[in-house]
Amino acid sequence: MIAEIGLAALWLAAALALLQLVGAIFGQRPGGETLALLVRPAALVQALLCLLSFVMLLWVFARTDLSVLLVAENSSSQKPMIFKIAGAWGNHEGSMLLWVTIMALAGGLIASIERRLPDKTMLATLGAQAFLGLGFYTFILFASNPFERIFPAPMDGNGLNPLLQDIGLAMHPPTLYCGYVGLSIAFSFVVGALLTRNVTPEFARVMRPWVLGAWIFLTIGITAGSYWAYYELGWGGWWFWDPTENASLMPWLAATALLHSVSVLASRDALRTWTVMLGLIAFSMSMIGTFLVRSGILTSVHAFAVDPQRGTFILALLAINIGGALALFAARAGTIAEGERFAPLSREGALVINNVALTAVLGIVLLGTLYPLLTEAFGVRVSVGPPYFNPVSAAFVFPMLLVLVVGPLLRWRRDRFERIKAPVIAAVAAGVVVLLALWLIAGMALLPLLGVTLAVMVAVAAFLPLRGRSLKRLPLPVWGMALAHFGIAMALFGMSVDTAFTVEKLTAADVGETIAVGPWRIRLEAVEPVAGPNWTALAGRLSASYKGGAGHRLVPQSRTFWAPPQTTSESALLTRWNGQLYTVIGNATEDGRWQLRLWWKPFVPCIWLGGLLIALGGVLSLIGRVTRDLRRRYAVRKVTARRAEAAA
Amino acid sequence: MSILLKPKHQRLVLVVIALVAILAAGTLAAWGLHNQASYFYVPSELLAAHPSPGQAGRLGGMVEKGSLRTAPDGVTIDFVVSDGKASVPVRFSGIVPDLFVEGSGVVAEGHLGADGVFRADSLLAKHDENYVPRELKDMTEAQKRAAVKDTTQ
Repeated sequence: MIAEIGLAALWLAAALALLQLVGAIFGQRPGGETLALLVRPAALVQALLCLLSFVMLLWVFARTDLSVLLVAENSSSQKPMIFKIAGAWGNHEGSMLLWVTIMALAGGLIASIERRLPDKTMLATLGAQAFLGLGFYTFILFASNPFERIFPAPMDGNGLNPLLQDIGLAMHPPTLYCGYVGLSIAFSFVVGALLTRNVTPEFARVMRPWVLGAWIFLTIGITAGSYWAYYELGWGGWWFWDPTENASLMPWLAATALLHSVSVLASRDALRTWTVMLGLIAFSMSMIGTFLVRSGILTSVHAFAVDPQRGTFILALLAINIGGALALFAARAGTIAEGERFAPLSREGALVINNVALTAVLGIVLLGTLYPLLTEAFGVRVSVGPPYFNPVSAAFVFPMLLVLVVGPLLRWRRDRFERIKAPVIAAVAAGVVVLLALWLIAGMALLPLLGVTLAVMVAVAAFLPLRGRSLKRLPLPVWGMALAHFGIAMALFGMSVDTAFTVEKLTAADVGETIAVGPWRIRLEAVEPVAGPNWTALAGRLSASYKGGAGHRLVPQSRTFWAPPQTTSESALLTRWNGQLYTVIGNATEDGRWQLRLWWKPFVPCIWLGGLLIALGGVLSLIGRVTRDLRRRYAVRKVTARRAEAAA
Repeated sequence: MSILLKPKHQRLVLVVIALVAILAAGTLAAWGLHNQASYFYVPSELLAAHPSPGQAGRLGGMVEKGSLRTAPDGVTIDFVVSDGKASVPVRFSGIVPDLFVEGSGVVAEGHLGADGVFRADSLLAKHDENYVPRELKDMTEAQKRAAVKDTTQ
């Protein structure tokens, strides 16, 4: 019964999306005012119905209702509750329903609170959102129904991939999806503005918080995903340039570019066409990334097994949405008026470089991700990894970071170099000192060396725009910018130092043996069996001492799950202020020793701390924008009330 | 008088900058992909192509029965990968995936050494129903049947 309610709610939500689309189309015409009135309520009700459907899916998973095919295939009764619920989106059908639910909720949210744009533009925006939604409803209802029944119901389910049985699964996909799908709002705003020829600074100000919100989610999602892969896979790496990672990086790059260009449009009325283009690209990247990966066209650790019919459906959906948006852009780009002018040396000029570089990196990642697909059409099988992605993207990221040192110091419209000479020289000097010192002492490889240098320069430069201003009166978005840029520096520092100075030790050790890894002495004290709710494990008891200090205890495990049968290694980590010790236990050798893989990774946590700082910067900025907006709205209401009073 | 360009010219300059960046990125990407993409070979293809030592590549095939040896250090293994037509010796240091056994399918990532031994940096074995390395999926039907039979026994 529960599954049927979920399916019915989904059909009704699809019907309301259709109503919303029809209302938006005919509401624009004279005489269609009544239809237009339906659009906002339709969006809201659609959101609630879709949410109901999703809650029903969670419910069948929580109860492990094995008569539902999806539950039987992906869950099992002997699994902790949190993973039963999280398992609802750890598969293709469930993740699609999550996707469309977030999309409907976002649409319902703009329908209920966004009142700044002209009615016509808002109507077109909600119409575009309904159109996007309808495509995904169709896909779920006809090709990926999560509520399908199975008869007879099996005795127990297949269980969830053990790699996914982790708290990371509960948090990571919903966060990322909020980011992916949040960008659909920007997409719809842009389509609405293009259709009604209303690309204005006001439109940019309305769009900005939504872009910012989606970008914050993406940032957190990528950071958390990277850390999850780092400790769960047991390979000691934090970024593998795996297609799924690229799928989340590409929308992030586009959203970061959009975030900067939308600010230019909002404050200075420049870069109109470019901002519109980026708005379309950002969500297109969400769709390309998610669906190319999820359709199984590209295979990666994350890909769910999906049949080719779904793949075709997805490709058609992508072609309609992205092709349609680009065609609209081509048709209307000429009608967008030229924006305000600016000199090359100005805040706008620096942001143009930022945008161009980010877009170039986006193109590089996209090409690298799709290249294996391309060559396979000619019968050649290749894979593309770090040897391509690292140097080629650095060729654009590093110059961009140099501009980041200068850009935030510049004034809008035009500036003189003399005015910012002192702080720029200070930042560059810090960079040069670090560069020379590291080059002479440490003898690092080129990329990490440049990475650390730029990290120091950006870290210094991040707070320079605050100099000479009253810190108390400084608007929150400026704090947000400084913090986010500092986060970039911190993450880059972590990546470069880890790449250059990681110490790895792979060995087979007897119980009682001591192994040296960098500054650590690690003793294998014992190996003991442990049992969990749905696994058994062999746990290595390690005692690690840093430079002869007291022993810390680490217990890496090698776990064997039985539903489905699979072995995973659970790494054990020890964090110090200056790095992380990473330990993995492998198999027993024939002569009774134990394989151990140990890493000392200096400053590696900076990568994820940096990522969180970037997101925190976004949050500060968002709070600043929203409170200012609310205050203005309140003031406007007061003035109108007073005017009405005076008139009466 | 002013360093500000006319609106039309400004737009032109921006378009030119964007085009130059696209061209530069495209060229760089093409160069990178040409040099850095790692090709997939089965043993007979590897011996025919004979990539230069150090060039990254992926080798897929069956682990020959009776070929697996563990070195005295306990973490280095030597084995032979074959596709029925040819075979290539492989050396790997690390913790092997649990489904890696003699007679099953494997994809090794690494490079061919000057001595003709393929140095693997990582091994992918047949995992479970949901995740099979793509290259194992694309093996001939007979090879696949053999792999599945061996790993499900």
